[in-house]
Amino acid sequence: MGAKTKKTVPFRGTPEQEAQLRAVIAEHKDEQGALMPVLQKAQDIYGYLPIEVQKIISDEMDIPMEKIYGVVTFYAQFSLFPKGKYNISVCLGTACYVKGSGDLYEKLKEILGIDGGECTEDGKFSLEACRCIGACGLAPVLTINEDVYGRLGVDDLADILAKYE
Amino acid sequence: MADINVKINGIAVSVPKGSTILEAAHAAGVEIPTLCYMKEINEIGACRICMVEANEGRGFRLVAACVYPVTEGMEVLTNSPKVLESRKKTVELILSTHDKKCLSCVRSGNCELQKLANDLGVENSDTFAGEMVEHEVDDSAVHMYRDNNKCILCRRCVAVCGKTQGVGVIGANERGFVTTIASAFDMGLGETSCVACGQCIAVCPVGALSEKEYIDDVFAAIADPSKRVIVQTAPAVRAALGEEFGYEIGTNVEGKMAASLRRLGFDDVFDTDWAADLTIMEEATEFMDRFKNGGKLPLITSCSPGWVKYCEHYFPEMTENLSSCKSPHQMLGAIAKTYYAEKIGVKAEDIVVVSVMPCTAKKFEIGRNDQNAAGVPDVDYVLTTRELARMIRRAGLNFRAMPDEDFDNPLGLSAGAGDIFGATGGVMEAALRTAACWLTGEDKVIEFTEVRGTDGIKRKTYNVAGTEIKVAVASGLANAKELLKSVQNGEEVHFIEIMGCPGGCVNGGGQPQQPASVRNFADLRELRAKALYDEDAAKELRLSHQNADVQKLYEEFLGEPNSHKAHELLHTTYVKRSIN
Repeated sequence: MGAKTKKTVPFRGTPEQEAQLRAVIAEHKDEQGALMPVLQKAQDIYGYLPIEVQKIISDEMDIPMEKIYGVVTFYAQFSLFPKGKYNISVCLGTACYVKGSGDLYEKLKEILGIDGGECTEDGKFSLEACRCIGACGLAPVLTINEDVYGRLGVDDLADILAKYE
Repeated sequence: MADINVKINGIAVSVPKGSTILEAAHAAGVEIPTLCYMKEINEIGACRICMVEANEGRGFRLVAACVYPVTEGMEVLTNSPKVLESRKKTVELILSTHDKKCLSCVRSGNCELQKLANDLGVENSDTFAGEMVEHEVDDSAVHMYRDNNKCILCRRCVAVCGKTQGVGVIGANERGFVTTIASAFDMGLGETSCVACGQCIAVCPVGALSEKEYIDDVFAAIADPSKRVIVQTAPAVRAALGEEFGYEIGTNVEGKMAASLRRLGFDDVFDTDWAADLTIMEEATEFMDRFKNGGKLPLITSCSPGWVKYCEHYFPEMTENLSSCKSPHQMLGAIAKTYYAEKIGVKAEDIVVVSVMPCTAKKFEIGRNDQNAAGVPDVDYVLTTRELARMIRRAGLNFRAMPDEDFDNPLGLSAGAGDIFGATGGVMEAALRTAACWLTGEDKVIEFTEVRGTDGIKRKTYNVAGTEIKVAVASGLANAKELLKSVQNGEEVHFIEIMGCPGGCVNGGGQPQQPASVRNFADLRELRAKALYDEDAAKELRLSHQNADVQKLYEEFLGEPNSHKAHELLHTTYVKRSIN
């Protein structure tokens, strides 16, 4: 195959979620510009927009899946990946960035084998960048779910991740 | 009708209300360069190559001529230093993320970007050199390559796939610097429900999209003394091949084409038009049978493999409406490897059939199931019209100096009915001519010209010998979709012709690429179709069932149309596919 295939976390959608999604589509179907509100609500329902969800939207709304995928990848608010059990958020705000948070972010991508916005295949870790979280005194900062870690160097990361095994 | 007065570079010109600056300038004899713009296909004003300075009383400002409508008293400057600088900078910026491998590019010499860079005086193609995004070439589809390293994001392909064809398997993914034209979830094109029509290739201004080329394989087969290499050409090829050699659009170059093929070394130069006549024998018989005996109606033609694949993906519930007839070139291949093989005493395995087609979907079609009458593929290679032109150039043949020669027999003679297969409505008209003769019992040409023309959907009710026949013709798959939805909602039609490409095969995805500068002001569909209709009009033999060589085939080999043997060799089956 010529194109790359993105790593995916197994889809765990429930029949209840699907019923909710179909109801949302039925409600918006005949409106002009219905795709955006449908995608927003679909993401509310599932937390992200995997191929299974986009396929339902495509079939029900008679919109080619590529068109939907194009919209989903255009807007940063939409995600193709679920949040992991542990969501790592690296602050790339000015203070953290000048203190080297960019290096932390790159190192985490390398350790986890995923890009920003993605989730590891086992569903354990997801990685994202965020702007200032108001803890500049601790720069560079990252959070893992509710835990805050500051004044970090790239060498600290492996030990921190190990706590979440 | 001319009611808006504008000045283009100081020259007064009157143009109809609603005209764009581009059109007004054209009327004044000034061609403004464009890149993303293609009339009726992509009118998004995105690339900014067509910038001009326009003054509507508030001073001169840069606007995009391709979509900006003229207003009364408007003054336009198309060549001011500011305009020329703007265009040049835009090209330089496009080049900053283009691979610039012109020497080995299939479009070198007829690339719209290359021409712009030349015309606009770009002296340094690395003015804005910087970071590049590297793309893998997508070779997953049977019929084509997609090389995003050459893509300039004009979106013509996206527009023609989504709007014109109603398929929409390619689009813009991501945003900003990393924007790429690709499929959902970065699937390879071959994994999607792409129908292989090739319209994206026909509109691509650069070398990002191209057919998979089989020229070397064909040259190798010709050079192999153990192979009998047969070539056949579709009706639409002769109506467009000349464009590659400087002839006006719509010039029929049948004679020079046949001569060139012979000089390329093909052993037999046959004509798919002959097989079009054969198709009519089978398809008109199938129609009469379904019509009289309560078979599945409407019967829908199956000559266009892009349409057939579309039907399988998007209307799988209607595959039983498809005629079971193979497309004409497959029929010719089947007959060449059975009937003709017997006649010349050559084994089917030692025959190589090459089809020159205006079509990229034919490259997909030859690999389908039930397309191997003699136990080997009916057709071995499909070359597009463009590939044939390249082959002629590679062999050093002076096309314009070729004599006019005829096709070889016994698979070379054709009626006018077979010739018009390349234009939308042509298959219907040919079938109706023969069906009418059979219904009236009189061998007289009845004209059914209402099904001609470039309208996307045409409907007509004919009364033939007291029988009312409702027919419809669609070309372009968005039009086909509209017609089929109507049929599913209860519209009564007995016989439908569908061609995948707008205007039919003459405007196929394998035909010579004409730049937007030509397509914006000339209708390729109409001009090329005229070449075929003129050929039909000039012929004595205009009825498929009167083709003596086709008659002989039935007498010597097949028996009756739709006979058991005819079914085995000339008919096929379909599958149901999903949408991706």
